[in-house]
Amino acid sequence: MLTPDEAAALALSLRVAAISVIVSLPFALALAWLLSRKRVPGRALIEALLFLPLTLPPVVTGYALLVLFGRNGAIGQWLAAAGIVFAFRWTGAVLAAAVMGFPLLVLSIRVAFDNLDRRLERAAETLGAGAWRRFFTIVLPLSSGGILAGCVLAFARAFGEFGATISFVSNIPGETRTLPIAIYELMSVPGGEAGVQRLTVVAFVVALAATLIAALLGGALWRRRADD
Amino acid sequence: MIEVALRHAYRDVAVEAAFRTPARVLALFGDSGAGKTTVLNAIAGLLTPSAGRIVLDGTVLFDHDAGICLPVARRQIGYVFQDGRLFPHLSVRANLLYGARARGRDGADFDRIVDLLDLGALLARMPAQLSGGERQRVAIGRALLSAPRILLLDEPLTGLHREARDQVLDHLVRLKLELGLAMLLVSHQPAEAIALADEVVLMQSGAVLDQLPIDRFAQRQLGR
Repeated sequence: MLTPDEAAALALSLRVAAISVIVSLPFALALAWLLSRKRVPGRALIEALLFLPLTLPPVVTGYALLVLFGRNGAIGQWLAAAGIVFAFRWTGAVLAAAVMGFPLLVLSIRVAFDNLDRRLERAAETLGAGAWRRFFTIVLPLSSGGILAGCVLAFARAFGEFGATISFVSNIPGETRTLPIAIYELMSVPGGEAGVQRLTVVAFVVALAATLIAALLGGALWRRRADD
Repeated sequence: MIEVALRHAYRDVAVEAAFRTPARVLALFGDSGAGKTTVLNAIAGLLTPSAGRIVLDGTVLFDHDAGICLPVARRQIGYVFQDGRLFPHLSVRANLLYGARARGRDGADFDRIVDLLDLGALLARMPAQLSGGERQRVAIGRALLSAPRILLLDEPLTGLHREARDQVLDHLVRLKLELGLAMLLVSHQPAEAIALADEVVLMQSGAVLDQLPIDRFAQRQLGR
């Protein structure tokens, strides 16, 4: 059984990961759509920036978030004036998790959009459906497998987020101490090994479940395409 | 009345076609590569010709010189594709009502169209559970329920086995007689054109060869 502190860390991690995916999904859908369907100027630069969180050391991403979204940061000071604070808050952990999971989310959705049979959209167009109706009635339902798989992968990435989170929002019990940070903390205190083992098992189960679900969703997508 | 004058070049294929006709049902007839589908797609707005003008019952759909090009969704055309293109995630009923909903109509003709095309027993099925002929009948019903001013049919019988082909053709003839709807059929089968059309535009290698009433077309085919 988990101690109350460990359970709190697990609950926080689940909440942060889930909210990060929900919040970033509309942006990911929009960006994936642009990259899949539109001629965007500076596409290469956008793609390079998009993948930056995957290639940069997470600590650097966390530091960049602190510089941008800290209380005195370029964006953070304006947001603070409006009462929105990220630094050292659980909302900051959500932001860090969202940034780190975003590339996976966009990539999965974009592949789903790219694989869609565009002739169906053309057919919908001849039936009088405008762009938004086509998006919500044809594109979204037919890409749902890829979108869900992307959500699961981004969730798993967010659930395991450590470097960017600890450098951006630190390690505050009950506020920003997510499961990976709790494991790191327990590793550095005497007698923490049992807790480390318990949380490691939890992390292992969640990550495995997520990748399994993503694989099953991806597989279902492939089968459906093969049937077409 | 449909009036088409267009020029379209894509890679090394050039299509130049001009015809006007008051016929309710017109067939564009010719071998593959004659440019028939290009003309159909230009009318539907699925491609933009490099030059020309397309007018349907007094409405200008496209006029290159005047800079007019109505968006596909606003042309009020019904398009039946060769491969049906039913939405795989929607039931037959939802497929049929798709265009009616998109155009904000209540689908008042639903029962009549379902009846005319004998679709009653298929409504709850998914497209993957339909035969080729059934799929094409649903595609025709779906296009009709979007209340088009003209039904464009791109070789709708190609790929069907003989029995299904005859059945779909019978239904099309029935629609012509009962609804009096304008249709433009693309075909390379003389029998289809003769069964359905009032007039034929003959196309070859991207150009219009001739335009003739159906009885003369039929005589010419018999004389071959």
